[in-house]
Amino acid sequence: MGEELKLLGVWGSPFSRRVEIALKIKGVEYEYSEEDLFHNKSALLLEYNPVHKKIPVLVHNGKPIAESLVILEYIDETWKDSPLLPQDPYERAIARFWAKFLDEKCVPAVWKSCMSVGPEREKAQEEALEFLSTLEGELKGKKFFGGETVGFVDIVANFVGHWTGVLQEMAGVDILTEDKFPVLCKWAEEFQNCPVIKENLPPRDKLLAFFKAQRETITNFYKNKV
Amino acid sequence: MADEVILLDSWPSAFGMRARIALREKGVEFDMREEDLSNKSPLLLKMNPVHKKIPVLIHNGKPVCESLVIVQYIDETWGPESPLLPSDPYERAQARFWADYMDKKMDSAGRSALWLTGEAQEVAKKEYIEFLKVLEGELGDKAYFGGERFGYADVSLIPLYAWFYVFETLGNYSIVEECPKVVAWASRCMQRESVAKSLPDQYKIYDYFLAVMKKRRAQ
Repeated sequence: MGEELKLLGVWGSPFSRRVEIALKIKGVEYEYSEEDLFHNKSALLLEYNPVHKKIPVLVHNGKPIAESLVILEYIDETWKDSPLLPQDPYERAIARFWAKFLDEKCVPAVWKSCMSVGPEREKAQEEALEFLSTLEGELKGKKFFGGETVGFVDIVANFVGHWTGVLQEMAGVDILTEDKFPVLCKWAEEFQNCPVIKENLPPRDKLLAFFKAQRETITNFYKNKV
Repeated sequence: MADEVILLDSWPSAFGMRARIALREKGVEFDMREEDLSNKSPLLLKMNPVHKKIPVLIHNGKPVCESLVIVQYIDETWGPESPLLPSDPYERAQARFWADYMDKKMDSAGRSALWLTGEAQEVAKKEYIEFLKVLEGELGDKAYFGGERFGYADVSLIPLYAWFYVFETLGNYSIVEECPKVVAWASRCMQRESVAKSLPDQYKIYDYFLAVMKKRRAQ
């Protein structure tokens, strides 16, 4: 019986790329389908994720899974080689905690630091610095959040590892800098140089051009989402 | 050596309720410590320095924070013969999805409906009942969100019930009329001792809400 695995994603989305990294680490073949989020969401996306209507959606043998963190755990439980999460329940709890922290705190703060205007932007910048400082503290002494190799939290931190640099350049702000966050910047470099990660990051120059050109569209699109 | 299990909690918290239910489902003895959130204990600040929030589960001195992380930790640590998450990865993903959905909705619509005023509050109140209607649709004719058995999704969602009276009064709608299946499901869950013991009475929650509102207005 053939396995049918399809990913509905967007080339520039960190959430979508997380899923691709996980699948590549597991060595799993999948079919990729690029969604046009701003203008024309596919009927398939609306059918498979009626609640949020967002990407990524992983469809395994016709059954859809939405929300990148939920998808990552699904992938980890379905393909058991190269585990993403640690085995020990306490360490798993720690990993899940940091994944949530990244998604609920870091990503929105960094995003708003670069995409918002006025007082909202200033507040977001303060928060972003605070949250990144917390992350830096968590990473100290380790090569990756997962230890010696890339793990669950590193994958979820891809936004910090790659997108943050691009967004802050586009916005002309200084958030993730070497003088402020030497440990995190070193991690970002290691992260980006990992073979499986390198192949699964959208090229920096393309991403920068995309955000620059689309800034207004994106800001309006994400106003209510982040 | 006996386990030492402490739960730093606050009785009206829906997130705290999840942890209480999970511990009771597994028959784990725990010391529930009520936090005064206007005067957080040194222990709370030490055990959850990042968020300084409850619930925090402290297992033999080691803290676990974030309610859904706590519930999964409880599930993986105790009572393997009575798992909260189903064994099938796809069903597990569905359970996690719905628990996460509640978190997202409570963070936006829930909070805004309770604590904002004016237009923003009105919008949030409508969003809240729409959220319950989505749950109504998902529940369908199932006994529980996970199907036949009470599980992770139910543990995560049932604390909503304790706050129904508050939202009904604020939103001026009847939840039982709008979402009869959800209310039937809630009653079914309340039959379980773990749930009945962990959820405060709806009117007590309402009084608490009024007291907080009064305090906020005075400030």
